Amino acid sequence: MKERLEALRKEALEQLQGVADAAALNDLRVQYLGKKGQLTEILRGMGGLSAEERPIIGQVGNDVRAAIEAVIGEKQEGFDRAATAHRLQAETIDVTLPGKSVNSGSVHPLNKVAQEIEDIFIGMGYTIAEGPEVETDFFNFEALNLPKNHPARDMQDSFYITDEILLRTHTSPVQIRTMKAMNGKTPVKVICPGKVYRRDDDDATHSFMFHQIEGLVIGPNIRMSDLKGTLLQFVQEMYGPQMQIRLRPSFFPFTEPSAEVDVTCAQCGGSGCRMCKHTGWIEILGCGMVHPKVLEHGGYDPKEVTGFAFGMGVERIALLKYDIDDIRHFYANDTKFLSQFAKL
Amino acid sequence: MNVSYRWLSDYIDLSGISAEQLAEMMTRGGIEIDSVPSRNAGVSGVVVGYVKTREKHPDADKLSVCTIDAGTGEDLQIVCGAANIGADMKVPVAMVGAKLPGGMDIKRAKLRGVESQGMICSARELGINDKLLPKEQQEGILILPPDTEIGRDILDVLALNDSILELDLTPNRSDCLSMLGVAYEVAALTGRPLKLPEPEKELYPTQDRTSDHISVTISATEQCSLYTARYIKGVTIAAAPQWIQNRLIAAGIRPINNIVDITNYVMLEYGQPLHAFDAAKISGGRIEVRLAKPGEVLVTLDDQERKLEPQMLVIADAEKAIALAGVMGGANSEVTSETTDIVLESAKFDGGTVRRTSRQLGLRSEASARFEKEVDPGRVRSALDRAASLIARYGAGLVTESVAEAEVSSPDPVKVELTLNRVNGMLGTELSSLEIKTILSRLQFAAEIDRDGVWTVTVPSRRGDITRDVDLVEEVARLHGYDEIPTTLIEGPTTAGALTKSQAIRRELRSVLTGAGLQEAVCYSVTSVQRTSLFKELSGNSKPIALAMPMSEERSVLRTALLPSLLEAAAYNLTRKNNDLALMEIGNVYHSDEEVLTRLPHEKPRAALLLTGNRRSAGWNRSAEPVDFYDAKGILEKVFERLGMAGRVAYEAARPEGFHPGRTAAITIRTERGTETIGYVGQLHPELQRDFDLADTYVAEVELASIYEYADSHIEYRTLPRYPAIERDIAVVVDRGTAGGALTDAIVASAGQLLESVNVFDVYTGERIGADKKSVALALVYRHAERTLTDEEVTETHARVLAQLEQSFGAELRK
Repeated sequence: MKERLEALRKEALEQLQGVADAAALNDLRVQYLGKKGQLTEILRGMGGLSAEERPIIGQVGNDVRAAIEAVIGEKQEGFDRAATAHRLQAETIDVTLPGKSVNSGSVHPLNKVAQEIEDIFIGMGYTIAEGPEVETDFFNFEALNLPKNHPARDMQDSFYITDEILLRTHTSPVQIRTMKAMNGKTPVKVICPGKVYRRDDDDATHSFMFHQIEGLVIGPNIRMSDLKGTLLQFVQEMYGPQMQIRLRPSFFPFTEPSAEVDVTCAQCGGSGCRMCKHTGWIEILGCGMVHPKVLEHGGYDPKEVTGFAFGMGVERIALLKYDIDDIRHFYANDTKFLSQFAKL
Repeated sequence: MNVSYRWLSDYIDLSGISAEQLAEMMTRGGIEIDSVPSRNAGVSGVVVGYVKTREKHPDADKLSVCTIDAGTGEDLQIVCGAANIGADMKVPVAMVGAKLPGGMDIKRAKLRGVESQGMICSARELGINDKLLPKEQQEGILILPPDTEIGRDILDVLALNDSILELDLTPNRSDCLSMLGVAYEVAALTGRPLKLPEPEKELYPTQDRTSDHISVTISATEQCSLYTARYIKGVTIAAAPQWIQNRLIAAGIRPINNIVDITNYVMLEYGQPLHAFDAAKISGGRIEVRLAKPGEVLVTLDDQERKLEPQMLVIADAEKAIALAGVMGGANSEVTSETTDIVLESAKFDGGTVRRTSRQLGLRSEASARFEKEVDPGRVRSALDRAASLIARYGAGLVTESVAEAEVSSPDPVKVELTLNRVNGMLGTELSSLEIKTILSRLQFAAEIDRDGVWTVTVPSRRGDITRDVDLVEEVARLHGYDEIPTTLIEGPTTAGALTKSQAIRRELRSVLTGAGLQEAVCYSVTSVQRTSLFKELSGNSKPIALAMPMSEERSVLRTALLPSLLEAAAYNLTRKNNDLALMEIGNVYHSDEEVLTRLPHEKPRAALLLTGNRRSAGWNRSAEPVDFYDAKGILEKVFERLGMAGRVAYEAARPEGFHPGRTAAITIRTERGTETIGYVGQLHPELQRDFDLADTYVAEVELASIYEYADSHIEYRTLPRYPAIERDIAVVVDRGTAGGALTDAIVASAGQLLESVNVFDVYTGERIGADKKSVALALVYRHAERTLTDEEVTETHARVLAQLEQSFGAELRK
């Protein structure tokens, strides 16, 4: 019996050596190890063995089974690997073809820039105040020290609706509204973003509708040096820590002293280029100390408090930031333009 | 104001300061200089020549052959093509080797066989703005005054070795609308002394007194505070001296004749506009400053007939108006070549009056620009005397003795108090009393300090812009230098910055909409009247709010809805071949029920979106999918879900104007006040699609006010389900018109607590179920939070649902 088992082992191992595929392997497994297989067949004869022989032959039978199983296992693994490799090969795709696009929206560049500016000032402790775009002559002009027939009104040609109601020409009326709402309390620390309107013929740098962001701070001891410090901090957060500002005396009816603010030209870093007309500086905003008459109109005593205000054009900041050639692009809403701002 | 650097040097020593350096200094000091063009555009080697003879060119009709004495000792032969050339003239001659603007080099040449040793130049060839010259000088060569010295460099003769400072003045600094004002400013900036012109005291007196010829009265005392006049006899009208003409041209003013040129010259020098009348045309020997009479008419110097209005100020003689005060003279009293006696006017007219008149008549002049901003009352008389003395010298006139004048009031000098604390407190500086005193004295402001350290500053009348201490603080700051002001941080309590609720929601809305693939547009707030009538419901019966003076019909009224703007944007994009669009805008519309506004309109914040073309463009592995109604609605659902409002919002079929009547829903919101419609979502009406050349387009517009009110960021956490759900799918056949939303509402209402969710997963229409029917397939999920549901419970609930559907909608279960 032992000889028969050994012969089976030899035969089986020889057969397995030449097996070609998984199906043939399975056939051999059934043939040798299956319930009706040859090994079972041989071992069935163990009933006629003596008690001494039975464990010995049993042991041999187990050895033979283990040897055959081991080889089958090995072979099976090889066939599985080959099958997997074959499947992977068959499933190969062209990874260089484009992916399925996901539609991505975009925030309008003007709002993108405005939000960025708002966030900087929120970080500096400002809240955001808003006011109507259709304003009274009083809030838009008179309360801002621009009485009727004041020559400075020429600086801002306006769209009137009636003699007393017009489209606001700047966000400055929100200053007055904020002051009145604060009812004499300090500190006032707001920025006021919004649309404004001036009778300007549209061209590459002018638009009859545009956006401003105004800032207003009022307190018992607000100084022009604080204004400089605030603007420097803003500019460095907006454009980078290497940026500097420069104030030039100017005139606005609602501030005194007044200044225009230049910032280091971002294009050339101040060495002079086409963008800054070779001055190294770019004008970005106007500012000044709140005029006493404006404080009075807002319900504050100019002997008790001082304040500063500043205002900038969002379009101008965006034009400079992205080097956009024509302000009218902002309002044409060409999606080839808008989609360029679908980024961080 | 264009300031000649050379002219300015008459009043202040500018040695060591180039025009460019001066421009930078002034700009940093608050007078912005736009540019500093050189008056010499590239001329060299051009001298004054005398045309000794002029012959016709033998072979060319239009050419002349001239013999020229250019002071070189030998005559030159020059061929010239200008029609106005003639013998016995002084002209600019470009010698061989000369250079002209535009890189032109003059060489010896032969013109039609005749040798030419140079070129006779026109003003334009010398780079001069010839628009300021008489017409014949524009077309031909420049003819110089007969007394011009032969051989002299043309750069000297025409004062071209000069630069122009182009001042971009802010409205407060009208003091710099004069050479003297600029000189004061430069003196303050540089600390150098001023040399002011002294009008000659002896004005060639005659036996006559001015009062023998003319008297002056002011009737309109509100509009004119001072009027002065001089009478000048026997003037000879001729060209002004070349140096005066040069300076006028440098300033951009056209030379006319000696009288007019001198009045303009003095206006530039003093900032005081003057006017000369032909005395012979003044009736009754009297001048009255009065308001225009009803129906009064005046032909102004530009030959336009002006209908005057009663608030306009005129200068009149005994019979009629002869000038519009401060704006323009009348043709009926104009100085002409026949004029022998003149009346010279110098006055202070009210700025507002001049401004209103010049605006009303559309007449702006150098004079009105100065009067509008209030001329210096302190220079009215000195400017008159300065002009009279120049006319006496260059116009060969005799100035009669004394001035005819009327004065309503002479202003008190402005005194302003200032303290050191105020200056340093406002600026954040640590200036000393001495530094402030030095600055005030450089400005030539008289100042006295009292024992308490309070300065009393007397402001000169030329600086009408300074009325309060802050004005002086600015003067100190700008002369000290804005760069010298330190950089500090605000002192005092810290404040917390934040967005308000509506601002935060608006940002969230923007982020959801852009996250859904929409591109944000920003459109104009003004539109055409026609556009405001496209969507009646969205416009809320508002009357169009019209601009009084629109720039165009297309932008004449405030928009009453956002969608017309997005339609325009879409139409524009289609012309640019951008066919697949997903646009949105967040902005205001403007509503009012008033025909004529007496109060501010309602500004309503809104959001709108527009989808057209394909949801996705075709790719190599998928076909294009056109957008439909449910894309637009899906975006809104996402918005309301994100804003925590989904439970308040419902959609009902609606037929607002401008929308497709079968494909539009009203968006309603449940509030304490009841159910409110806050907007619409639907397909654009096919007629509108056609008008805008749009393919099928889906749009929505919603009010943001109630969204700001009801947006809810509160998150209520529910423990995760621990017991399994049981899902039952059903398909019911109902009438085709039955709203799917009504089915789900009925299911939710009848199923009770056990129903976790219900979802429509298929809608089928087709012959198999009958033409007027539709089949709606729904997935119902049942779950109990605390235990496993039994089959019986679910079956019972489900049966109740089916019964309800049958009862309410005649729904049949589809097998």
